Amino acid sequence: MAKTILSVDDSASMRQMVKLTLSTAGYQVVEAADGREALAKAKAGAFNMVLTDLNMPNMDGLSLIRELRGLPAYRGVPIVFLTTESDAGKKNEAKAAGATAWIVKPFQQDQLLGVVRKVIGA
Amino acid sequence: MDDLSRFKQTYFDESAELLAVAEAGLLRLSPGDVDMDEVNAIFRAVHSIKGGGGAFGFSDLVAFSHEFETVMDEVRNSAIPVTTELVDTLIRANDVLAQMLAYAGEGVDAPPGATDDTVAALRHALAASGGGGTASAAPQTPPPATSAVNDDEDDEAGIFGDAMAAINAARDSEAPSPPPADRVRWTIVFRPKSDLLLSGNEPAYMLRALRRLGDAEIVCHLDDLPKLADLDAELLHLSWTITLTADAEVGRERIDDVFEFVADECDIQITADAPLPAVIAPPPKRDAPPNTPPALSESALVPPGATAAKTDGTAKPRGAGTNGGPGTNGGSGGGEHAGLTTHTIRVDLDKIDRLVNMVGEMVITQAMIAEHLRDVPPGQFQELQEGLEQLAQHTRELRESVMSIRAQPVSSVFSRMPRLVRECAALTGKEVQLATSGENTEVDKTVVENLVDPLTHMIRNSIDHGLESPDERERMGKPRAGTVHLSAQHRSGRIVIEVTDDGRGINRAKVLSKAIEKGLVQPGASMTDEEIDHLIFLPGFSTADQVSNLSGRGVGMDVVRRNISSLGGRIGVYSTPGEGSRFVLSLPLTLAVLDGMVISVGEERFVLPLTNIVESLRPKPADLHGLVNKCDVIMARGEYVRLVHLHRLFGIPKAIDDATKGLVVLVETEDGSRLGLVVDEVLGQQQVVIKSLESNFRRLDGVAAATILGDGRVALILDVAGLREMSRHSGDSASGGGRSPAPALPAPKSESRQRQTV
Repeated sequence: MAKTILSVDDSASMRQMVKLTLSTAGYQVVEAADGREALAKAKAGAFNMVLTDLNMPNMDGLSLIRELRGLPAYRGVPIVFLTTESDAGKKNEAKAAGATAWIVKPFQQDQLLGVVRKVIGA
Repeated sequence: MDDLSRFKQTYFDESAELLAVAEAGLLRLSPGDVDMDEVNAIFRAVHSIKGGGGAFGFSDLVAFSHEFETVMDEVRNSAIPVTTELVDTLIRANDVLAQMLAYAGEGVDAPPGATDDTVAALRHALAASGGGGTASAAPQTPPPATSAVNDDEDDEAGIFGDAMAAINAARDSEAPSPPPADRVRWTIVFRPKSDLLLSGNEPAYMLRALRRLGDAEIVCHLDDLPKLADLDAELLHLSWTITLTADAEVGRERIDDVFEFVADECDIQITADAPLPAVIAPPPKRDAPPNTPPALSESALVPPGATAAKTDGTAKPRGAGTNGGPGTNGGSGGGEHAGLTTHTIRVDLDKIDRLVNMVGEMVITQAMIAEHLRDVPPGQFQELQEGLEQLAQHTRELRESVMSIRAQPVSSVFSRMPRLVRECAALTGKEVQLATSGENTEVDKTVVENLVDPLTHMIRNSIDHGLESPDERERMGKPRAGTVHLSAQHRSGRIVIEVTDDGRGINRAKVLSKAIEKGLVQPGASMTDEEIDHLIFLPGFSTADQVSNLSGRGVGMDVVRRNISSLGGRIGVYSTPGEGSRFVLSLPLTLAVLDGMVISVGEERFVLPLTNIVESLRPKPADLHGLVNKCDVIMARGEYVRLVHLHRLFGIPKAIDDATKGLVVLVETEDGSRLGLVVDEVLGQQQVVIKSLESNFRRLDGVAAATILGDGRVALILDVAGLREMSRHSGDSASGGGRSPAPALPAPKSESRQRQTV
């Protein structure tokens, strides 16, 4: 059964790139444009992983991570966030909020796949 | 291999000892109480560990111990003041050093950053000291190039250098066939924090990823798994050791990559063993150093009682734990800290004595305030009165707490006796069994220390004089082996120690004739059995027909009694012919303060220990009986009790002589005999601080010590048993013998008292 990943990013181009990469690798991808939308979709459905940007309108990535970790269904679901090399402080905040892993932007397609495989085991 | 392990083992054994030395020293190190010898010992310990570590190439260990050593050096040079914070840091450093040694012992690298916190703390200590540029510069310097202090270390390194040469030689000679070199064996110790799962990470995936890199043998450690009742299903308390045999091109970075996202949340040690065939055998077996983490090496993988399960990497490692997971640096050694949270502290005896003294002064002050308020009419200053009540209560509790600090179990004395008994038994050719009870009874340290000699005498005496020879015992139908029983117990505020033997008992006829022979007793004196038994305590008395090696020099029991009474104690003996003797020692629990009753006789004040007092009563004339040529007695509670007029005994003028007009305080000695003391008045109960009379004046019969009352007057604390002795001699001319009664309190009046009482 294909694993379903929730991809959260306010940048449509980034969402597309992520979706292309992951679908090609056989994952199902559901998209959300910000944290609030992502949280609603997460509550409505079940995902094997959440991939989220940090800087987003309405609800940012950090809040989304905290909200998700507060949901029983998402306590153990891997959450990967996108970050930049320069923003070490954000990275630690996200980890403290309960994030599982991170991908440093910009990234190659196989880097993304590598991280996803690492956190969901396939 | 064997040589290598042997040399290393020596180093680790030695280091374990040094660590213990350092730890013990650190625990004794306290601000304001710095023993330079201790400091030097700690410094040397760290220094030696560092020196040896350098020789074996444990660079991490050396780097860290250097930091530690630098701080210790400054402490040694008094450049850094010893603060509680510093001691804490040093103790932590010692722990880290133990962990580093454990890692070195396992042949694994310490996890990166394992020492960072502690190193930072150590450097902070150096910096905080203002301890000069040298101090702050030193830690940065790599170990080999350091201050002159390190020169002697080079000697050690030299010794080890030889060892290393030998080891290398051994290694060379044993060098196995060249390794295939295309396979590398990695040992990965993976100890995640317990909350790893809460971040969505899944260790099973990581293990699976490792399996993809080569042949992985994965051992899961369950030793930190809590009991089911304590298990939190969301926490992880498993750890793993993975032995990965991978192709040479699988580099360290591939392994690191697996743990990319959890490296900070885990304790991970990754080591590459030498190429495969050389290391098929597990690391050299050795006894784990004391601080070795429980599951690091394969030889020590499974602590007794724990289970190690092999997983195929897919097992759901949802263990759980209650203690919040190993930290990066406390990690594998985290469990060892228990020993450091000690529940006792060492305190200099002088400090305690000062405390005891202060409490004593406080007791006096409290008594003085009470004295001043005594005359205040009831109802006035009610709150003050109540406050004073509380103060009195608290003072009493404080006194008891402080006294208990000085208390020690008598076991320290009792434990010396078995050896003594064995020696005595051997010398006398008797068979003796020693039984002890109440070893844990606590009593003031001074009392404990002063018990050794009296007890030694008494036990010797019991074996030498009391017990019969085995043959004789057998003829009498007793077991061949005699029994000496030594017991201690608390009884009404005193400690009572008994030495009981099941021997022949005191031969009264012999004692009496001996006493008469020595002029201690006048011929024809009528004495009770008890009085005869107590003759053995008289100076110069000995019944042994021949002076033996053990006792019989005629000083034993006399000395015993003197020792005991100097402690404010008393000794009595109870003997049944043919069945044995029982010596009873009664000692105060403390030598500093006692609860007493203040009584007045004429203008004088006396204190009676509360433990001696039965009751006080005003007798009717019908209760009093005069005995011809003897002292008066009083009928109290159905028995005749000898009356002692204190004013007669001590020659005090203007006191009430008629017991029906004054009061009679009924007192009881430890052996249960009673005495009626005729006094003017009973003034009240009070805690009094005991001041030695002997050290300030001289010893007086019938007086145990002196004290200072609330109004500043000196009062004598009466010794009831002593009073009985005195009254016996002064009232009973028959047994008075040549012994002159005790000097009276006001010395010049001794003459008149003699006239009065005889």
